[in-house]
Amino acid sequence: MFSKVPSGHRDAVRSFWLVGLFALLGLLVVLSIVVGTRDVGTDDIWAALNGQTETIGQSAIAVRIPRMVLAVLAGGALALAGAVMQGVTRNPLADPGILGVNSGASLAVVLGVAWFGISSPEAYFWSALLGAAVTTLFVYAVGSLGPGGATPLKLTLAGAATSVACVSLFIAVILPLNDIAGGIQTWLIGGVGGATFHRIVPVLPFFAAGLLISLLSAHKLNSLALGDDLAAGLGDNVALSRIIASVGAVLLCAAATALCGPIIFLGLMVPHLLRLMTGVDYRWLLPLSTLGGACFLLFADTLGRVVARPDEIEVSIITALFGAPIFIWIVRRQKVREL
Amino acid sequence: MTAPAHSIETLAARRRRRTSRHRLTLGILAGLVFALFTLTMVLGQSYTPLTTVIRVLMGENVEGASFLIGTLRLPRALVSVLAGLCFGLGGVVFQIMLRNPLASPDFIGITWGASAAAVFSIVVLSLSGPPVSIVAVVAGLLAALLVYGLAARNGVAGARFILVGIGISAMLRSVTSYILASAPAWSLQDALRWLTGSVNGAQISDVLPLLLAFTLFGGLLFTQRRDLEALRMGDDTAAALGVKVARTRILLIIAAVGLIGSATAITGPIAFVSFLAGPIAARIVGGGGSVLIPAALVGAALVLASDYTGQFLLPTRYPVGVISGVLGAPYLLYLIVRINRKGRSL
Repeated sequence: MFSKVPSGHRDAVRSFWLVGLFALLGLLVVLSIVVGTRDVGTDDIWAALNGQTETIGQSAIAVRIPRMVLAVLAGGALALAGAVMQGVTRNPLADPGILGVNSGASLAVVLGVAWFGISSPEAYFWSALLGAAVTTLFVYAVGSLGPGGATPLKLTLAGAATSVACVSLFIAVILPLNDIAGGIQTWLIGGVGGATFHRIVPVLPFFAAGLLISLLSAHKLNSLALGDDLAAGLGDNVALSRIIASVGAVLLCAAATALCGPIIFLGLMVPHLLRLMTGVDYRWLLPLSTLGGACFLLFADTLGRVVARPDEIEVSIITALFGAPIFIWIVRRQKVREL
Repeated sequence: MTAPAHSIETLAARRRRRTSRHRLTLGILAGLVFALFTLTMVLGQSYTPLTTVIRVLMGENVEGASFLIGTLRLPRALVSVLAGLCFGLGGVVFQIMLRNPLASPDFIGITWGASAAAVFSIVVLSLSGPPVSIVAVVAGLLAALLVYGLAARNGVAGARFILVGIGISAMLRSVTSYILASAPAWSLQDALRWLTGSVNGAQISDVLPLLLAFTLFGGLLFTQRRDLEALRMGDDTAAALGVKVARTRILLIIAAVGLIGSATAITGPIAFVSFLAGPIAARIVGGGGSVLIPAALVGAALVLASDYTGQFLLPTRYPVGVISGVLGAPYLLYLIVRINRKGRSL
């Protein structure tokens, strides 16, 4: 309202980013199918897209497609969840990984596998959802005790402590189980490798629900950004806004973690970079973050397949390497008082 | 006019009482470490009488017991004690110097720097033995320097230091995971050592480098102990008391990182020991006397007790770091809650 930039110009910038990110996403989708640890000819790619899996090349493509879909879904979900959490907690450092939500979800999945013998994608999701919800409540409760409420430092420390506890418990649970201990890698290091439509499809409705709730809460997040008093003065039920938006974010985290394992820093860096480019209006920031997150995770996955041929680098390692410097940069930019 | 003389006597008596109480505390802690050490030597999967243990330690060859004691239990117990001493002492130095219990090397990136470097030099460079320790110490120093440099802006603020450290730790942990995952033979046991810390497979050849490092860096620390106590009161006060703050700080960082790095190179980053030892020791000691030696002893007791619990008291064998991690996390949360309640900004 009081910005020096005319609003028409700002909308133009945002529309430019929206279109640009869509185009980038399209480009990355093509790249992620064409590029991989194995070089595949154009003929095989076309054949594979039509459903053939006769040659090794065609089979490789058939594996890459669900993987690409999962990277888009998980990247969009985590970046959107990060943006929503930053709005709900009014905390620049909020991220599903940093706040321990993803490690709580991972722990719950492993507990389900170890103690209740769950194996279906739906059951994975419900355990992840339970774990994510409990962890979110817990971290927020611990981090907001005392005067000053939930400051970034308190929340971050509570999150860091919770994730260390979750990882220790996680190893304690998984170590006696020799048959699943081999798969421990997936749950310690998040990645999109090994995705299949059989696993993705049952979780799709939850991605959709989380996306819808989160995007619809943009208005409320804009009010919350003004401060609780002003938001209440504008006629919002502050607590209700927070709860609804958090439900959306937790659904998204749980869905992504149930399929990919813990991925850190993605939900921190994407919204921050886009906020720099396009401003703080959540009505734009949320959809842009979703697109940006999908782009980044797809980029990370493709990069991870190319740089270390014939090995692969899991996406969570690449997001950590890119995200940690951005985290530190944000910390350095903030005044100590605000931390 | 006897009042002043009387009060001086009272003060002197109080001081004597404090000193003797401090000595008693040290004695009790040392006794606890010794008792745990003896327990580890005597009672494992099977019971070995104390006399047999002593005979083996005196160099006698006892049928059946020599291998068990000399090759399995003794190195493990010695490495546990020394690593615990190093972690406890190194951790408390950072906590005192930065005046914040949360500024332990676990959180501010030093332990993870050392761990990543150790994994890199073992898996990628195929090093072993003392060179690994040297690389780990150097990497720990670099990590400390990096966090210090990035957190410094108009002086080092505690909050920023910790947050930057959390960021660096997350990055280094990813590097460690990546090197482990891409290692030709991914072994769960090895991975757990470098991700949570373990004394499984400790060898007698690990003991000497650890002992040397403890003597060297512990000795360096000992020469700076008075200045460290002064730093506790704030940099300006310390400077007014005649402490060369910058020089002292550099020496203290070298000593503490040296301790942490050499222990990490052998056992991996045993979760939370360097964080827990200081606050526990401070609580035991109370207001009287230095917390350095008690913290080192508490560290040793923590590692011994966690390892024993992980080995023999639970249905499955767990590496020591899993146990100390599960024990330490609630304490960390309690600490955050307590600090938050008090309303003291970190």
